[in-house]
Amino acid sequence: MIRFDNVSKVYPRSTRPALTDVNVNVERGEFVFVVGPSGSGKSTMLRLALREEKATSGTVLVAGQDLSGLSARKVPRFRRGIGAVFQDFRLLPGKTVDQNVAFALQVIGKPTSAIRQLVPETLEMVGLEGKGKRLPHQLSGGEQQRVAIARAVVNKPQILLCDEPTGNLDPKISLDIVHLLDRINRSGTTVVMATHDADTVNEMRRRVVQLEDGVVVRDAEDATYLAPEGEK
Amino acid sequence: MKAGFIAGEVWSGLRRNLSMALSVILVTMVSMFLLGMGLLAQRQADTMKGYWYDRIQVSIYLCTDTSLQPNCQGQAATEAQQESIENQLKAMPEVKEVFHESEAEAFARFKEQFRNSPITGNVQQGDIPQSFRVQLSDPTKYAVVTSQFERAPGVASVQDQEKVLKRFFQIINWITVFSVFLAGLMVVCAALLMATTIRQAAFIRRREIGIMRLVGASNWTIRMPFIIEMLVVATLGVGLAVGMLWLGLRLIFNLGFNQVVLNKALIGANDVWALTPWLFGGVIVIAVLTSVVTLRRYLRV
Ligand SMILES: Nc1ncnc2c1ncn2[C@@H]1O[C@H](COP(=O)(O)OP(=O)(O)OP(=O)(O)O)[C@@H](O)[C@H]1O
Ligand SMILES: [Mg+2]
Repeated sequence: MIRFDNVSKVYPRSTRPALTDVNVNVERGEFVFVVGPSGSGKSTMLRLALREEKATSGTVLVAGQDLSGLSARKVPRFRRGIGAVFQDFRLLPGKTVDQNVAFALQVIGKPTSAIRQLVPETLEMVGLEGKGKRLPHQLSGGEQQRVAIARAVVNKPQILLCDEPTGNLDPKISLDIVHLLDRINRSGTTVVMATHDADTVNEMRRRVVQLEDGVVVRDAEDATYLAPEGEK
Repeated sequence: MKAGFIAGEVWSGLRRNLSMALSVILVTMVSMFLLGMGLLAQRQADTMKGYWYDRIQVSIYLCTDTSLQPNCQGQAATEAQQESIENQLKAMPEVKEVFHESEAEAFARFKEQFRNSPITGNVQQGDIPQSFRVQLSDPTKYAVVTSQFERAPGVASVQDQEKVLKRFFQIINWITVFSVFLAGLMVVCAALLMATTIRQAAFIRRREIGIMRLVGASNWTIRMPFIIEMLVVATLGVGLAVGMLWLGLRLIFNLGFNQVVLNKALIGANDVWALTPWLFGGVIVIAVLTSVVTLRRYLRV
């Protein structure tokens, strides 16, 4: 589903590569944690998979598409098959929960009838039934992240990319969010989650890809993450 | 995308950026008003030219005993001279028609024109010279007539209305050039202001744009609210400009000049309507182009 073959990434105006010769293959339906200290290249991996950045060398294959050969014009259609969630939620403050989720469908031209059905269905799935009329600032951080997850999966993507989705949340809420992602994964969506939160990784015991300075130093099934000294 | 959804986005966008929207409306209005004025002045000149050229005449005044022109040598034109001039005129291909106005007719016309003025008392028949009124088939060829008859025996002077009109048309031409030039500057201002407005609107909506790109909205979907916003604002501006042109025309011509028997020589509302689609078309092109060019930076994937 997601394959990195000898992928290196050097950002413009930067001398140190953010990723060096990364080889990772994520199968359909897998749940993978990408872990590593700050600056190790986790977000870079996800940005490459979303085609927000292009690899400097090597090939990135996502959902059967070689992203280096994907023209800018085809990027929007490609992204419709991928959900993304971030540490900062990225909700629209002026829109209600319903509207935030519906927005993702409206801008890709989904018919109103489908939107009317999908939005409440998805909000219920993430545990926000009855909160559709609230504005983001009337929700807790955990609830806001659920809205963001609902928005990411409302179009039923094959892949869900999460960049530190629990980075702004306290440990108990973080676990709830990861369990929600786990549930989404069990329904068939491939999930890749970048984090440096050892507790959630250890609780879930899934595949762990560990990065250090842009290099994959460990790739293990059913694994734990022992954060290095100084990291939480 | 659903029309209702786009309308909502456009409305909220305009509300969030109201002062900029207003300034684009005003600048568009002023620029299109100036442009319209210039083009209308030109149309007015053309209309008048057609009107006058149908009526323009070259007048050849013949000598009287009191003529001071050196060509007359103090003598009135003779019967023979008069006939020779008339025959020559009729033989010229440039000449469409020739009227002869006798001294008696000239005096009668003078009296009629100045009937309310005391000066008529001092003027007698014979003071106003007889003349030939020449209508040309091509009014611009008056120089041919002038040069041929200026020194002809018995001719006191050749007067040509074209000279007077030329000045008048030149003034109109300058008005046109000046207002079209100003309008050009204003159109540049309008385009720059639109670009600034769009940039600001895009900045205000950078979150929305970011999310649209994330979930895979097409570039046209992302552009659409901005383009429609600019179209709404620019169209309002042109609409106001057209309204002002129409109103201005009515005020100047219908109230100011309606005594003059020149109705056929004046432009009217029809000319404003003829201009309207071009003004709208031009502004729409400018608005769309400016939006697309300005938004390029925000749409880079
Ligand atoms: N846009 C950019 N331009 C230049 N360098 C960048 C850019 N983004 C990231 N980098 C660099 O690339 C390296 C990897 O960054 P990345 O954001 O992938 O790390 P990360 O593992 O996500 O870190 P964190 O846990 O803090 O989010 C870092 O050294 C960073 O400074
Ligand atoms: Mg990161």
